[in-house]
Amino acid sequence: METAPKPGGDAPPKKNKLQAKRKKPRRYWEEEETAPTPAGASPGPPHSKKRKQEFRPQRSKNTLIQKKSWISKKPQVSKKPREQRNPEPQRTLSGAQDPFPGPAPVPEEAALKFRRIDKSKKLLHSKSKTRSRLEVAEAEEKETSVRAARSELLLAEEPGFLEGEDGEDTAKIRQADIVEAVDIASAAKHFDLNLRQFGPYRLNYSQTGRHLAFGGRRGHVAALDWVTKKLMCEINVMEAVRDIRFLHSEALIAVAQNRWLHIYDNQGIELHCIRRCDRITRLEFLPFHFLLATASETGFLTYLDVSVGKIVTALNARAGRLDVMTQNPYNAVIHLGHSNGTVSLWSPAVKEPLAKILCHRGAVRTVAVDSTGTYMATSALDHQLKIFDLRGTFQPLSARTLPKGAGYLAFSQRGLLAAGMGDVVNVWAGQGKGSLPSLEQPYLTHRLSGHVHSLQFCPFEDVLGVGHSGGITSMLVPGAAEPNFDGLENNPYRSRKQRQEWEVKALLEKVPAELICLDPRALAEVDVVTLEQEKKERMERLGYDPEAKAPFQPKPKQKGRSSTASLVKRKRKVMDEEHRDKVRQSLEQQQEQQKQEKTKPTGTWPSALDRFVR
Amino acid sequence: MSAAGAAENLLALCQQEELVDLPKDYTVSTSEDEGDSDREWKHRKLLEAIRSLDGKSRWESAERSEAHLNMSEFNVSSEGIGDKLVLADLLQPSKASSSLAAVRKQLKRVQSKTVELPLCAEEVARIHREVAFSQTSQALSKWDPIVVKNRKAEQLAFPLQKEPGAFAPIEHVLRGWKARTALEEEIYNVLHKNKQPVLDPLLTPAEKASLKAMSLEEAKLRRAELQRARALQSYYEARARREKRIKSRKYRRAVKKGKAKKALRELEALGKVCPTAALGRETTGKARMMERLSLRHQDNGKRAKSRAVRARYDPAARQAMQEQWAKNKELVQKLQEPSESEEEEGGAEEVGLLVPDVSHRVPVNTHGPNPWMHRSCTSDAREAEIQKDPAQLPRHASCGGSEREEEESPVAEEEPLKEFEERPSLRKRAEPGQDAEPVGQQETQDPSSQEVLSELRALSLQLGKESHRLRKQRVDSVGAVLLVQDEKEPLLLQRPEGVRPLEELEALGLRGCLQNTGPPRCVFRGQQTERNPDTQPDAPRKKKRVRMIDLQDLLTTHSPGKSMAGPTVIEELEGEEERDERQMIKDAFAGDDVIRDFLDEKRAAVEANKPKDVDLMLPGWGEWGGVGLQPGARKRRRFLMKAPERPPRKDENLPNVVISEKRNICAAVHQVHALPFPFTHRQQFKRTIQTPAGSTWNTQRAFQKLTMPRVVTKPGHIITPLSAEDVGYRSSSRSDLSVVQRNPKPLSIRHKKWLKKSSVA
Repeated sequence: METAPKPGGDAPPKKNKLQAKRKKPRRYWEEEETAPTPAGASPGPPHSKKRKQEFRPQRSKNTLIQKKSWISKKPQVSKKPREQRNPEPQRTLSGAQDPFPGPAPVPEEAALKFRRIDKSKKLLHSKSKTRSRLEVAEAEEKETSVRAARSELLLAEEPGFLEGEDGEDTAKIRQADIVEAVDIASAAKHFDLNLRQFGPYRLNYSQTGRHLAFGGRRGHVAALDWVTKKLMCEINVMEAVRDIRFLHSEALIAVAQNRWLHIYDNQGIELHCIRRCDRITRLEFLPFHFLLATASETGFLTYLDVSVGKIVTALNARAGRLDVMTQNPYNAVIHLGHSNGTVSLWSPAVKEPLAKILCHRGAVRTVAVDSTGTYMATSALDHQLKIFDLRGTFQPLSARTLPKGAGYLAFSQRGLLAAGMGDVVNVWAGQGKGSLPSLEQPYLTHRLSGHVHSLQFCPFEDVLGVGHSGGITSMLVPGAAEPNFDGLENNPYRSRKQRQEWEVKALLEKVPAELICLDPRALAEVDVVTLEQEKKERMERLGYDPEAKAPFQPKPKQKGRSSTASLVKRKRKVMDEEHRDKVRQSLEQQQEQQKQEKTKPTGTWPSALDRFVR
Repeated sequence: MSAAGAAENLLALCQQEELVDLPKDYTVSTSEDEGDSDREWKHRKLLEAIRSLDGKSRWESAERSEAHLNMSEFNVSSEGIGDKLVLADLLQPSKASSSLAAVRKQLKRVQSKTVELPLCAEEVARIHREVAFSQTSQALSKWDPIVVKNRKAEQLAFPLQKEPGAFAPIEHVLRGWKARTALEEEIYNVLHKNKQPVLDPLLTPAEKASLKAMSLEEAKLRRAELQRARALQSYYEARARREKRIKSRKYRRAVKKGKAKKALRELEALGKVCPTAALGRETTGKARMMERLSLRHQDNGKRAKSRAVRARYDPAARQAMQEQWAKNKELVQKLQEPSESEEEEGGAEEVGLLVPDVSHRVPVNTHGPNPWMHRSCTSDAREAEIQKDPAQLPRHASCGGSEREEEESPVAEEEPLKEFEERPSLRKRAEPGQDAEPVGQQETQDPSSQEVLSELRALSLQLGKESHRLRKQRVDSVGAVLLVQDEKEPLLLQRPEGVRPLEELEALGLRGCLQNTGPPRCVFRGQQTERNPDTQPDAPRKKKRVRMIDLQDLLTTHSPGKSMAGPTVIEELEGEEERDERQMIKDAFAGDDVIRDFLDEKRAAVEANKPKDVDLMLPGWGEWGGVGLQPGARKRRRFLMKAPERPPRKDENLPNVVISEKRNICAAVHQVHALPFPFTHRQQFKRTIQTPAGSTWNTQRAFQKLTMPRVVTKPGHIITPLSAEDVGYRSSSRSDLSVVQRNPKPLSIRHKKWLKKSSVA
């Protein structure tokens, strides 16, 4: 109960003496004690003193623990008033103590993952008001990141894995072995559909991973709940089917048919025939923007907003027939592969490709982007499989030649890469989630009864769906999918009601199509160009710069020191000082530049996306 | 002047007197009375004259001595105005009394200054206004901290609550509660037996009160403490300032020595803790520098020299000399930092060894621009390599002009040349460009090597057949070595094979072994020369380009090794049909040049995006001397408006990428384009908007906290304005603004002074 805090800064050396001298303060309430205390036993002064002594070590311990556990170095800005006012720990009736007082500790690294403020750039000196705002923002970030890190504890599920006995190659393990080893529920997820009649199949899993739609070249379209094997619909559209895709929910299926794009519901009833999208070869659905991207034989990339049914843009790729398309799940950019070995990145807001990457010397056959938007795998006619870094450098990270070349590629949620080569499917795995799959040694291989025509990893299930000329195969790939799903976002077990609720919410949170760009965090930036322009216009309007620093005006002084000469001298002094500062700064900048130039060739970028910052 | 005037007056008076003397006598006789009065008058005049001699002209007030009938107001003479009426005189009683002296003094003081004219009404109003303003602002400034606090507060709940009472412990809540059930009673009994507090509050009233407030004495003590701390600090500061001003050289020296000693001590302490850190410290470096500069331990002094002479005979002197030398050495010796390069090299070698053994390898040495050729080409080259590598490794050291090597080395060379022959179209395309020179070289090189090549080709075919047999047994270690070497090679430093000069071709025999160890790189003439057409002429630009990533390398990465994927092994297929396939593909892609197209496209994009210079020259300028004259370079430069430089392109160093520089206008609409108030720079503001607030990115609690409303009002409550009691001012009502407005304080002395000054001005 020491209300008097110690004097800060340089403590006087004779502090002890001072304290010794200090007599115990007489408190004004001490007279009170003569008065009868209300209710219960009356604690005399000695009694209370004793209790106080008991208290002391406890409190000190508490504070120690708090210091250790709490990761913040600075004092927390936002403290609840109650906590501040009542630092004394409440004693319970039983006298029991909380063995783990304070909030649960969170490791720094776990919280660091959720930090979003980019501190790579140094700030100029700011005013105290601004500084306090910044401090508040930083404290908020810290708190939210700590909370997020703490809630990671709730992600209880662990990914599956496959480990060979010492020296055993996991690629040698056949599907049958895996099926034998796993439990019945998982074993049921491996199945083959023998559909030899209607040609090679394209397939697509819904967002939740619960439903599967597939369309055969010869017009066979079906949708089923593949976990329970309950068929939703099965029709023949009597036309070649090029591609099939679920829209935002399993209730709507878009089918690219020979001439036009058709949309069916889960009963197989044709809802729409979109004639503006003709001769579509590939479909891609952007779930957060409600956009259906279609690539056509005529070379057009068309974005259809399925929530309002309007075509947002139709972009001419000017690269001939488009039949290689994929989306980057990180920033919703569409990647198109072209016959001249380039991959172009498209956004509906820009008429030209955001970037064009020369990947191969042969025509690109397939492109896949992993869920973190870090890696892009491409395969081309030159029989090469390459993995590119998408974080700004667009350089190949690894590559290998495949005997036949991969015709189809797919990334799983945890970063496994599957490639379909002829009638063989290879899966490569990396070290962990979001890591580069190493192409040295395949993780799994499987031979199918027909040539592969489509590949997709099922979300939230360790399953790889392969559509081939002999039907559909559902392969077990341990460790492929993210084990923890977000029940509010993609719930595989949701009911119809929940789905409807989710649909409304998702529609309300629809992201405008024009926000698609390479850096999805562009919204957290300030539009510099407009800012500068407005500033300039304002200056023109006013005729002066309102934010310019006022020129130094010397204060008038007395006793003859305010003579004109001295005024001028003072002015000159300040001017010179400013000039010196400027020169010093420019020199420092030059030195820094030189240093950077020296370090540049070896060093990597501080942040990969920095190159987009201007 | 007045004195002179008075003197003159006096003189005149005297003369008058003399003149008057005669008639005076005369008049004296005539009338006694008259003469008497006259004399009196004269006498008075004289006195006056004398009195006026002292400089001040005094006019006696004319006194009216007799009553007059018509007393007009205008008739009052102004004589005697110089005599002021002294108020004190009025008080003067007939008899002097001391009791009134004090009053008189006061009166005198009051009277000493003149009363000024009253100011005009506007002035007065203005002054009043100013005073009122200053007072009000003073009264209001008291509220500043509260206002600031409220502005900064995360949330304000209205009506503002007073200080909420201390948190009620559970015991207080439970006071009214009584044990009813048997179990509860039992528990209470146990508690009683163990003398645990049952109902007594945890906090004594004293403690509670102490939570609430600080006693007066304590406050005083605290204040005293703070004062003491402040005083000490000021003393310290003053002392530091004084010390700073000391100019004594002796003192400075002492201080410096002390500092050095301290640093040394610190260093020693550091050395004990971690010697490596101590080694890098500058202090030792400084000592070394000093020592090197000075001649202190160099034995150059007179005494040292004499000692050196003595050293021959005197062991003590020798000892001393040696010590001196040792000291010098010790000080001068440079500290060696542990070099890392050696370790690195070792590491690199180790890495080389550690490269995983792969059972099968496809060294992808793409020899032509056409990717289709990779497989077929590589097969040949690979065969050759495999053939010669095992043989070559032992022979590596003696890479003289042995026959075999000479034969083998061009095998790698053969491929591009072969292609060169087979693809005339490409050559034609390459020729018209800037790269005519290298191509010419190529052609000169061709005939000389042609005969050799034909032989070599036959040989290679043989080798190919041999290798076909040997393919099964591949040497892994070779592959590993190849990989490592490849990585070590600088990117662009490798010379394009197309532009190899003639003499080098002759020396290929020597180079052969080197070439073979590194995997043959895919380089093809047309593009190579096209890519850097201007690298040859000037060296500095080439240096600049070196940093750029090689497009060739990008496109022909070397596969990490091939372990056959899955059950299918397709390698067996390769063989005779391969040749046919190759031929077919070659035909199909006869003028297909992907890379060059891409580079052209990129160049076009860069050009299109570059700001253009504006030439303001008009036709005919500078041609007055004749038609067709070229205006001078200086003039041209003067009228050329340079376009402002753009920031470097994002894909400047990425040869295989074209990144659009176009701004996404649609997205920019959604971005913030104005800085809110306290921010002056966008970087500052950017930091505050980078944390997403939505529930998608945050936990529920964090989301609630982030989206907490800034102001909360309780429905159905009257929100009263902030009062002093609310915020804990136990101030009197005087501090309130309302009070100030009701009865403005009388002007203080300071204000009065100021008022006067302003009125004077």
